[in-house]
Amino acid sequence: MSLETIRVAPGFKEYLPREYQDLVDDGPFGRERKVSEVGSFKEAVEEHPMCAGCAMTLFIRTAIVALPSLENTVIIGTAGCGRLVLSQTAVPFIYGNYGDTNAVASGLKRGLAIRFKDKPKDVVVMAGDGGLADIGFSAVMHSWFRKERFTTVMLDNEVYGNTGGQESGMTQRGAILKMAPLGKKFEKMDMMGLAKTAGVAYIARVVPTNATRVANTIRKAVLIAREVGPTYVQAYTSCNIEYAIPTPKVMDDARMIEQQRYGFSEYFTDEAKSYWEHYERERRQVKGPDGESED
Amino acid sequence: MVMMNRGAVYEVLPGPEGILPPAATVMGVCLPEEGEGLLHGRIVSEEEAMRSAAIAMLTRRNPTLFPGPLMLWGWTEHTRDKSAPFFEVAREIPGVRIIPMPDYRPIYPKIDPEAVINPCHPNLTIWHNKIEACVLIGVHCHFANVTLKIIRGGTNCFTIALCAEAGHEDAMSSVPNVGAEKIARFAEILRLVKKEGVKPLYAGQGIIPSGWAQVASLGGSAGGQNGAFVDNGLSHHGLSHDLEHGLDENEE
Repeated sequence: MSLETIRVAPGFKEYLPREYQDLVDDGPFGRERKVSEVGSFKEAVEEHPMCAGCAMTLFIRTAIVALPSLENTVIIGTAGCGRLVLSQTAVPFIYGNYGDTNAVASGLKRGLAIRFKDKPKDVVVMAGDGGLADIGFSAVMHSWFRKERFTTVMLDNEVYGNTGGQESGMTQRGAILKMAPLGKKFEKMDMMGLAKTAGVAYIARVVPTNATRVANTIRKAVLIAREVGPTYVQAYTSCNIEYAIPTPKVMDDARMIEQQRYGFSEYFTDEAKSYWEHYERERRQVKGPDGESED
Repeated sequence: MVMMNRGAVYEVLPGPEGILPPAATVMGVCLPEEGEGLLHGRIVSEEEAMRSAAIAMLTRRNPTLFPGPLMLWGWTEHTRDKSAPFFEVAREIPGVRIIPMPDYRPIYPKIDPEAVINPCHPNLTIWHNKIEACVLIGVHCHFANVTLKIIRGGTNCFTIALCAEAGHEDAMSSVPNVGAEKIARFAEILRLVKKEGVKPLYAGQGIIPSGWAQVASLGGSAGGQNGAFVDNGLSHHGLSHDLEHGLDENEE
């Protein structure tokens, strides 16, 4: 969990598999990487067993690139599709029990703050709508009420995709799924509204149709969580299997949903807004007017 | 020690023990103290455990060193100090391969068993490379325990755990508190047993990089390439001899 951990012991480099050598020589560690650089460096996301055309994978890949300090980040996930990628990514990953991700993250963040007083360590929960809005709902809400300083990212595919297509709290009303043949009878949960009520410092809703926007949102969420308080990013990451979206049409679906009901939106508390403006000003001074955003 | 049915003492022998072998500790195998080691589940002197480990690495097929993260990554002075004696050990074992376990990430959908060993499915690397003796070193204990159990469950590999902490009950041979000094001592014991007459199976060969060409070149001949197989009383456990005598239908 620092640059020290990616220094090879004397004599061993030639015995490391090629992908590890690449991570050491030209990996994402030690400096921020941009989405526009993808393809020119070894990414932390490794081969994975996700379904072809999965929008969640695209989102996670982009989000990992965007993490501001990969070597100082711990990701916490839980049961669900997302962990299949996350557990194979070159970032420390904790597989929380279903429902306790945000409780684990709370303890971890506090522990890291005690252990590493002078070095910020980022904790990011990345889990599905079932893990966060249904089974993990209590831990999520209480971590927000307690103003725990970590980021919660919901991979919202609006279904329990891994277990055959049960409706979740985040499923749209009326949606018919394999395990919900009569259609969902209740509204989609308003997690953005709940986050606002709980005092979350930065809240964003995003669809992976625009990679740089996803990257900037994640970076913003992690940095604000580091300095101000809890942040929440809700990402539409369709399940093309359970919603029967043809693989080549996954991004068409994402664009359509974005236009209809999942448009990009973000909310800052006053404190978060003031921090972010200050951060951007300082960064522009260092890097010049074009140095900040990829948008 | 816990007595098994018919009064037999539980022995930690090369497998295959079958799916879900009992944890050796549940069967009454205790961890060694400083100066001691474990051999087949019995507490013996450190010297005896190391000698048996050395003989296994010299005389069983496709000996392999599996350095874990605490060996591979130079994150502390302690880790960096262990590198030199590790390679000293490697140089003393003719025909040895070094296959790393760089971290504990699961590797799906496909592992390259020639390049890496993974604690989620270490048996794949053992099977693919036909490894009959291996050393785990620098693997965090909880992952080493899982790895050793899976190997014992499904392969005939003689496992050796050189552990920086308390040692491992599920290894056929294990020594605790292994730092740079004890690794160097293991190299010395390798030299000693060779001097005493144990003929290495792959005498004359150096460290073998893993890869298809090397795997192919090692295959085939019964009794080893040099016909120098030494019956040391260790290799009768498991399937080593059966495979040597032509039952190895997986031979490439």
